[in-house]
Amino acid sequence: MATVTTEAAGTPVTDVEHEQSFLRKYVFSTDHKVIGVQFLITSLLFLLFGGLLALLIRWQIAAPGEPIPLIGGLFPEAMAPSGIMLPEFYNSLVTMHGTFMVFFAIMPLLVGVFANFLIPLQIGARDMAFPRLNMASFWLAFAAGLIMLAGFLVEGGAAGAGWTSYAPLSANPEYTGVSLGQQLWCVSLVVLGLSSIAGSVNYITTVINNRAEGMTWFRLPLSVWSLFITAILALLALPILSGAVIMLLFDQTLGTQFFLQSGGGQPLLWQHLFWFFGHPEVYILILPAMGIASEVIANGSRKPIFGYKSMVFAMVAISFLGFIVWGHHMFQSGMNPTLGTSFMISTLVIAVPSAIKTFNWMGTMWRGNIQLRTSNLFGIGFVMLFVIGGLSGIYMASTPVDVYIHDTYYIVAHIHYVLFGGSLFAIFAGIYYWFPKMFGRMMSETVGKIHFALTFVFFNLAFLPMHEVGLGGMMRRIYDASNYQYLQDMQGLNEFISWSALGLFLVGLIFAGNFIYGMLWGEEAEANPWNANTLEWQTPSPAKHGNWVTLPTVYHGAYEYSHPEVSDKDWLAQNERPEVVTPYEGEPEGAGSTDVAPAGAG
Amino acid sequence: MGAQAATMTADAQETGVGAYDSKVGMWVFLGSEVMFFTGLIGAYVILRFGASGTWPLPGEVLAVPITAVNTFILICSSVSMVKAFAAAEGGDHRGTWMWLLATFVMGSVFLGIQVYEYAELIGHGFLPSTGLYGSTFFTMTGFHGFHVFLGVLCVGFTTVKAYMGGYSDGSYRSIEVLGLYWHFVDLVWIILFTIVYLI
Repeated sequence: MATVTTEAAGTPVTDVEHEQSFLRKYVFSTDHKVIGVQFLITSLLFLLFGGLLALLIRWQIAAPGEPIPLIGGLFPEAMAPSGIMLPEFYNSLVTMHGTFMVFFAIMPLLVGVFANFLIPLQIGARDMAFPRLNMASFWLAFAAGLIMLAGFLVEGGAAGAGWTSYAPLSANPEYTGVSLGQQLWCVSLVVLGLSSIAGSVNYITTVINNRAEGMTWFRLPLSVWSLFITAILALLALPILSGAVIMLLFDQTLGTQFFLQSGGGQPLLWQHLFWFFGHPEVYILILPAMGIASEVIANGSRKPIFGYKSMVFAMVAISFLGFIVWGHHMFQSGMNPTLGTSFMISTLVIAVPSAIKTFNWMGTMWRGNIQLRTSNLFGIGFVMLFVIGGLSGIYMASTPVDVYIHDTYYIVAHIHYVLFGGSLFAIFAGIYYWFPKMFGRMMSETVGKIHFALTFVFFNLAFLPMHEVGLGGMMRRIYDASNYQYLQDMQGLNEFISWSALGLFLVGLIFAGNFIYGMLWGEEAEANPWNANTLEWQTPSPAKHGNWVTLPTVYHGAYEYSHPEVSDKDWLAQNERPEVVTPYEGEPEGAGSTDVAPAGAG
Repeated sequence: MGAQAATMTADAQETGVGAYDSKVGMWVFLGSEVMFFTGLIGAYVILRFGASGTWPLPGEVLAVPITAVNTFILICSSVSMVKAFAAAEGGDHRGTWMWLLATFVMGSVFLGIQVYEYAELIGHGFLPSTGLYGSTFFTMTGFHGFHVFLGVLCVGFTTVKAYMGGYSDGSYRSIEVLGLYWHFVDLVWIILFTIVYLI
């Protein structure tokens, strides 16, 4: 790395790209930005795959027992003889849809992509603390994805005990008819756990130790805060899943009896271990989304984020509470009602920090100069849909209500409002927002807005009626609802949901087209197309390997939009000092004002 | 800040916690390891106290004396690890690799005794499938043994590197970081030995 001491602080690397072989640059890269893009491409493919699985599920619900159209003939006898889906295959579909979406689409899209791409750039570092570990993290995740996919190819098919793999259903192959597929599910998640832990160690160390001069904790962008807290959650929650999954694997292969009642084991122990991981996992999947939303909404409103510190403390509170509420997934497991009440109360308390964040986003938008860019539209959409998903979460956290809606489509509706309407909307916001920095080109804003509008409409058409279906009593993983007379009235609504789901999937293809077109032929992006303050926008688009020649110096927080003492523009980069004398918080006296190259300001 | 910035060298960092990256990273990683063993030990506690039948008494199935000796060896290896780091810090080349070698030997002996113990138990028909006791015993001690195994590999590598003079230029950080891991694995064993063999 060049050690140029004569240049002003905060000079980005521009054209000193050193020669690297193709393999080193794009495949086995240690550059955090390339690794972020690797995660982006692979996870989007897994997202597409998970969407296809969802369509197959919706076909079976809309037209139970009828051959799958168009592609029905492609399935082997063991899955769908003459195109008609077998119940075992349906079980695999719901299991793998959940597994792929949670572990291989949403989680890496949020953490793998944005933590890798954003953390070093936004804190003003050259790369992660451990670049090679970072590369290992990606390839472990990739291998885990392939192992999971292999489940579809082995005898007995893919895992079929649900994405939660409740024991003893998952522990004894006789119950699901799946043996090798279930073992692959376990192995894949252990490998993925290693990947996540390696990634988390990297993110945490980098944020603690590699911030640029002047980048104090409370000057960090909220995106970095959210990813930092998420990394702590992943670091502490994933090993519990790894341990549980290893025990499950031993039950299947070595004859241990951890979760098998026949040998004195406790099936309920699996639920405790799984949800002790699983509930922090929920926040792993939403906190980075909140961070992204904070970035795009503040930038899109041209105003400082409302209540910066309360945003940080709310995330800390959410993540702490996230570790003590796992029992609310288990109200129907026969747990002591007194214990259930304590889990209910701790869960309801999470509504407080969540509401703080929601009101802060609205406070940020209030009287802002709102830019209706695609990224901001998805950010606002995130807030709206997260509120709906969050409120239905309060309903199901109440034990008396949960008794009724447990294991119904109401739960399915809730999780999709928070995971699709919440996390995925924020992911889209983040991709539209940081795409120029990733690829040096722009995505089409017009197509992006069409994508947003149609996604918003079809999303609600697909998932809002699921609340109704769930309140009507339809079970979440049922193969053929038409067997139950009391569910037959809802067949029309189910068909409507399936059509809407198809629409939602097709709208996703608009995004895919926009993404590929933008990557290859999009308009060339300038360094700072959104006039943003954070450090990554003070480097060229795309940022070069090594990011900075000399590390930037940070003078203030990330949200100095429309600062009253800055007259010529409505933003102020973090490594830029205004031409005014008012000292900023934490700045030593007598600091000069001529030492900064206001990169991108000209 | 202003005047400093102009003369700042490329690697000036003033925002960290005062420890170098790999040390911070190892502490963070050990946090994750704590949770991993907490999961296994927590499952053991729940299964043992929820078990319907009687749980074997200490010494009924397992040979406590030999494992007690083994525990002592592992504790001694932590001491030699500290001595190796102190020697490296003091620039004592010979002391560094000798103490590392001692750590490597003691770690290997620990593993050897554990393998012998497993072989004896399996020879007597005590397997991972032998009830909850077998399930939990082999899983917990096995994963600890796996951690020792990885540690021994790293200590072996570090010993060779120290012998070749790899740490004589004052860059002995990896000995300190490896030491953190080694002490952690030692600490976990003291807990496991207590709850699996003694209680």
